[in-house]
Amino acid sequence: MNYTTETVVVAVAAFLALLGAAFAHDHLFAVHMGTLCLCLLAGTILLMRKIDFSVAGPQPRVEPSGYFDEVIRYGLIATVFWGVVGFLVGVIVAAQLAFPDLNFAPYLNFGRLRPVHTSAVIFAFGGNALIMTSFYVVQRTCRARLFGGNLAWFVFWGYQLFIVLAATGYVLGISQGREYAEPEWYVDLWLTVVWVAYLLVYLGTILKRKEPHIYVANWFYLAFIVTIAMLHVVNNLAVPVSFLGSKSYSVFSGVQDALTQWWYGHNAVGFFLTAGFLGMMYYFVPKQANRPVYSYRLSIIHFWALIFMYIWAGPHHLHYTALPDWAQTLGMVFSIMLWMPSWGGMINGLMTLSGAWDKIRTDPIIRMMIIAIAFYGMSTFEGPMMSVKTVNSLSHYTEWTIGHVHSGALGWVGMITFGAIYYLTPKLWGRERLYSMRMVNWHFWLATLGIVVYAAVLWVAGIQQGLMWREYNSQGFLVYSFAETVAAMFPYYLVRTLGGALYLAGGLVMAWNVFMTIRGHVRDEAALPTTYVPQAQPAE
Amino acid sequence: MELYTAMRHFADSWGLLAMSAFFVCAVLFTLRPGGKQRAKEAADIPLKDD
Repeated sequence: MNYTTETVVVAVAAFLALLGAAFAHDHLFAVHMGTLCLCLLAGTILLMRKIDFSVAGPQPRVEPSGYFDEVIRYGLIATVFWGVVGFLVGVIVAAQLAFPDLNFAPYLNFGRLRPVHTSAVIFAFGGNALIMTSFYVVQRTCRARLFGGNLAWFVFWGYQLFIVLAATGYVLGISQGREYAEPEWYVDLWLTVVWVAYLLVYLGTILKRKEPHIYVANWFYLAFIVTIAMLHVVNNLAVPVSFLGSKSYSVFSGVQDALTQWWYGHNAVGFFLTAGFLGMMYYFVPKQANRPVYSYRLSIIHFWALIFMYIWAGPHHLHYTALPDWAQTLGMVFSIMLWMPSWGGMINGLMTLSGAWDKIRTDPIIRMMIIAIAFYGMSTFEGPMMSVKTVNSLSHYTEWTIGHVHSGALGWVGMITFGAIYYLTPKLWGRERLYSMRMVNWHFWLATLGIVVYAAVLWVAGIQQGLMWREYNSQGFLVYSFAETVAAMFPYYLVRTLGGALYLAGGLVMAWNVFMTIRGHVRDEAALPTTYVPQAQPAE
Repeated sequence: MELYTAMRHFADSWGLLAMSAFFVCAVLFTLRPGGKQRAKEAADIPLKDD
């Protein structure tokens, strides 16, 4: 019999969750534990259906490649699913900003749905993308099967449970109010357990590798895993009010708390949304282009420079606050120094196509990856610029910041993930090619147009907002009331919703394409025009 | 507060020196003569498989 221990453990955990609900200190904790109990009961039923009562022996199903790919298939589907969910909630919250009547109190207020959107896109979409691609890349570049057997399944399902608990908590109103780290203490503890298991699987695979050198993509992935563990634990140090209660208080207070939060927040950008996805870039761009990375030595310097500099840039989120001036300046200086490794990495990614630039025209997947790297370059240019104190005095707290985040998140993180998904889907399911290349092209243009509309509109909105806030008249009075600056944003909020909707439409096209590829269909379509035929010019 | 001050002084003296030295050494090691061939072999790792 297989999965016996696992089934018993999950069933007992479901019972413990029920006890947690029964003896809860507060109502919210009871509801949340009830949710957890239902999830674990569903898990128990799923596991019982998997139990095989045949005599013990070697597992009958063995992957022909020798790698552990089943968990990666699940991860790819989860990535696409959470991506569409996250984009959809994003469009909803954007619409709520334009039309406040769309706030349905209390569960579907902007304040509760906004963390659902950020967590869904960063942790559910981005996190699943990172976990599944890291499992794929580490096996291929180490030439070793994933370490730890079913531990990878625990990482996958444990991470999904974390996402469900986090999202249901936000809607219920359970939040510790720390940006990008909203889940309360018990969900944080659960994520810590899952993350340690992830580190074990990853590190164990590297340790048993058959390839002597550790390929650079693994360096980036490992830096992402280790740093996120450190950031998550320190930022979430808190004392719960009750052992069975949903509320906790941070051990930090005042400006130390603010700095801890932005040390976490900015390095979540640096190590989750940058280092991890750079690992993706350093594997999937060379694979799709079928050429080695432009300069391997540049990639190593890129790695060390990024690691050493990013960790200091957080204070730029706290310009002109109670944070000591030297710390603000330190954050600004390190942010500006980050230009070098960021652009080094961008050049390295782009120049991988050196000598094969025609692939941008002929291969929509390469085009997706290249525009991702271009957006990486653009947003890592914009970020340091915004961290300069004088620029920040205009941009801080305005929509410009939101525009910047989205050009990085939709442009870089989203596009490189889509590229990896399109590369992986036929490979993982043994299909000759994707269901439709034309739909990849559609996705590319919908997403690109969506980002351009979104970012451009929020630049204008943010700068207008910043200028309105600081406008004085000759008497020294502020010209605009705050409500006037909010009303002035309406047309921009409308157009940004449209930009988000375009991006969501692209995500739906991808979901259909991936679904049909998995089902083994090939769309009957005319091939994309790939070759440019120069027309003969008559002699003058 | 003494602990904070001590850590702060360590961070902007020996700590800073140690991290800068590590970084410079990492870069110099990457650019060492003879590193180019090794780097070329490493860059081909993803392309050798499937």
